[in-house]
Amino acid sequence: MKKAINVVVAGIGGQGVLKGTDILADVALRAGYDVKKSEIKGMSQRGGSVTGDVRFGDRVFSPMVPGGEADFLLVLEPTQVEPHRYMLRAGGVLITPDAVDASRLPNRKTLNVALLGTLSSHLPMAEDVWLEALRAGFAESFHEGNRTAFLAGREGRKAAGIKP
Amino acid sequence: MKESKRLLLSGDEAIALAARDAGVALGAGYPGTPSTEILEAFAGYGGRAQWSPNEKVAMEVTIGAAFAGARALCTMKHVGLNVASDPLFTAAYTGVSGALIVVSADDPGMASSQNEQDNRRYAVAAGIPMLEPSDSQEAYDFMFAAIEISERWKIPVLFRVTTRVCHSYTVVQPHETAEPLRAASFERDIRGRVMIPPHARPAHRRLRQKLAAMQEWNESCRLNHIVEGSNSLGIITSGISFMHVREAAPDARVLKLGFTHPLPMNRIAQFAKSVGRCQVIEEGDPYLADAIRAAGIPVEGKPEIYRFGELDVPRVRRILSNDISPEPAKPPGKPPQLCDACYYRIVFESLRKRDCIVAGDIGCYTLGVLQPFEAMDTCVCMGASLGVGLGLRHVLPPDQARRVVSVIGDSTFLHTGINGLVEMVYNPPQTGHVLIILDNSTTAMTGHQEHPGTGRTLLHEPAGKVVIEDVARSLGIRRVHVIEPRSGTDDFDRLLAECLDSSELAVIIARRPCILIAKQLKQYEDQRCECPGASQAAGDCAIPGSPAPLSP
Ligand SMILES: Cc1ncc(C[n+]2csc(CCOP(=O)(O)OP(=O)(O)O)c2C)c(N)n1
Repeated sequence: MKKAINVVVAGIGGQGVLKGTDILADVALRAGYDVKKSEIKGMSQRGGSVTGDVRFGDRVFSPMVPGGEADFLLVLEPTQVEPHRYMLRAGGVLITPDAVDASRLPNRKTLNVALLGTLSSHLPMAEDVWLEALRAGFAESFHEGNRTAFLAGREGRKAAGIKP
Repeated sequence: MKESKRLLLSGDEAIALAARDAGVALGAGYPGTPSTEILEAFAGYGGRAQWSPNEKVAMEVTIGAAFAGARALCTMKHVGLNVASDPLFTAAYTGVSGALIVVSADDPGMASSQNEQDNRRYAVAAGIPMLEPSDSQEAYDFMFAAIEISERWKIPVLFRVTTRVCHSYTVVQPHETAEPLRAASFERDIRGRVMIPPHARPAHRRLRQKLAAMQEWNESCRLNHIVEGSNSLGIITSGISFMHVREAAPDARVLKLGFTHPLPMNRIAQFAKSVGRCQVIEEGDPYLADAIRAAGIPVEGKPEIYRFGELDVPRVRRILSNDISPEPAKPPGKPPQLCDACYYRIVFESLRKRDCIVAGDIGCYTLGVLQPFEAMDTCVCMGASLGVGLGLRHVLPPDQARRVVSVIGDSTFLHTGINGLVEMVYNPPQTGHVLIILDNSTTAMTGHQEHPGTGRTLLHEPAGKVVIEDVARSLGIRRVHVIEPRSGTDDFDRLLAECLDSSELAVIIARRPCILIAKQLKQYEDQRCECPGASQAAGDCAIPGSPAPLSP
């Protein structure tokens, strides 16, 4: 992959934004890519907005996605769509909670994982690598719920008939 | 640790792992974004790590360890080095027997800091060598180099990182351990270690000789390297800026500096000569550009507007095209707020209601400045609430002076507020003074670290405990109140009114565990009560978590 893929994940504290970027970065690492992940931790626990950038490819330099160059923008909280839209490149893909059928999620906490599922259907990494990373990234007791959410997100798009 | 393993580590974790692999015997520091995770990770990797009450003490503890011949690591955020600079400057004279690595984690752009000072200036001011890694692999590798330099020249090394290096995760391949350790052992060296003027004068000369020798060594040091490219554009850079440069100007010839004080001026001069245009790209102050130009080497610095904030790829592109047009404003994020159930809300409501003039401090409670409270009037640096509040009281007309209150957190009180309390007793204002200590039994702002007032170590194990009310009473303050602010009562508000009216010195300790970790705190306390080793502190077990009596 000569040109690195740029993903920005945004939301507010407590939604698992950073957990989402952890998993994505781990998947890219497992798939053998150079990976960089950048996040601004500050007062995220106090309900402030949180964003994380993940870039992967043959070689990545800056850890930060330049504005207007994100291939994918994942937003967990609808109010955070507009503030982050400028990050997307022309033709980039916006993924919001609308991408998944909420009734198929085991609980609301798994939204981050479900949106990763949606993202995964656009990316070259194999499904089992994603599931491995999910298993490694959470306590075992969460795995079934996460798997369900991930697959709901991954299939949600297919059901909607959008081509990767 | 296997040679081939690829790990995705933050810069902080990479520093910690290298410290472990290089046999660092002791890590000490004080929490502060973006440095906090270094000691936490070091402890997680099995290293011996401890929080000190403040950065100055951490520096002194690690100087002691390095005097004894051990490898020591001292970590702090950039402003922490202001607090710790006194011991550092003279440790540059005394030197060390082992290794002393001082990590300064700077925060250009102020993701979570009160200023964006550029601590590269400290390396120059103190006269110590400085290394600046650009990613986690370099953070790992440079730690070994820093230890080598520290041991070779017997001098503390400033390991300067920035938020994006600390908090970005990049791939690290760890390698074998460093040179074998010598066992710590005391060797008397009175002339070298006791800095009275007759010893310090030659020590200063020795320091300058060391710097000259290091500069010579740096000319061919492997920590600096050239990325080949077109000679029409040459870029001199360091730290995270190097990464932005590689992306913004993939065809440029780049001199990447890793060992940035004392600078390898001959190498820089050669490089500048080898290229057409020579541009310096650096975040923050024009440290490199000024030094290089002062050495008579013609290079271009960045326009002044790029002194402010972080650099990124688009900003580097703008610098390269000399674009000084106004930059597009980033849309504001959602600001943090006091948690809905945080008891600080009760305190700030009361301060607002009584129209207090609030000398504030740094911690979660600084959020009391935001709506709906807007109940903070000053915030300078950690511990300043006391001194600033007292100064206000001294000179304001009595009707205003009587409304001045200092507000400080428990961790911040023990950091440097405690000195202000001594000042309050020693130089009391005529109208008295009221200090509110918000004791939530943790250092919440930086992610819930322990401190001497919690009675637990960095790893949350039982330790000696400083009881804040005992400290205040021992200084002779008669009005020391401990209260648990609760909604639905006006107990706190009445107590505050009473103290304000008394015109005496008063300390109100508003104590209730941080709700974000209340459960965890309860567990730690239960363990503490069970632990036979903590018998001395057993009497304190009832305090956090249970309503404290309203004592006069
Ligand atoms: C010299 C210095 N060191 C560290 C910091 C980072 N820092 C800001 S506030 C704070 C402590 C906050 O703890 P506390 O006073 O207990 O208040 P809380 O956040 O728990 O309300 C720290 C470590 C700083 N700003 N300055």
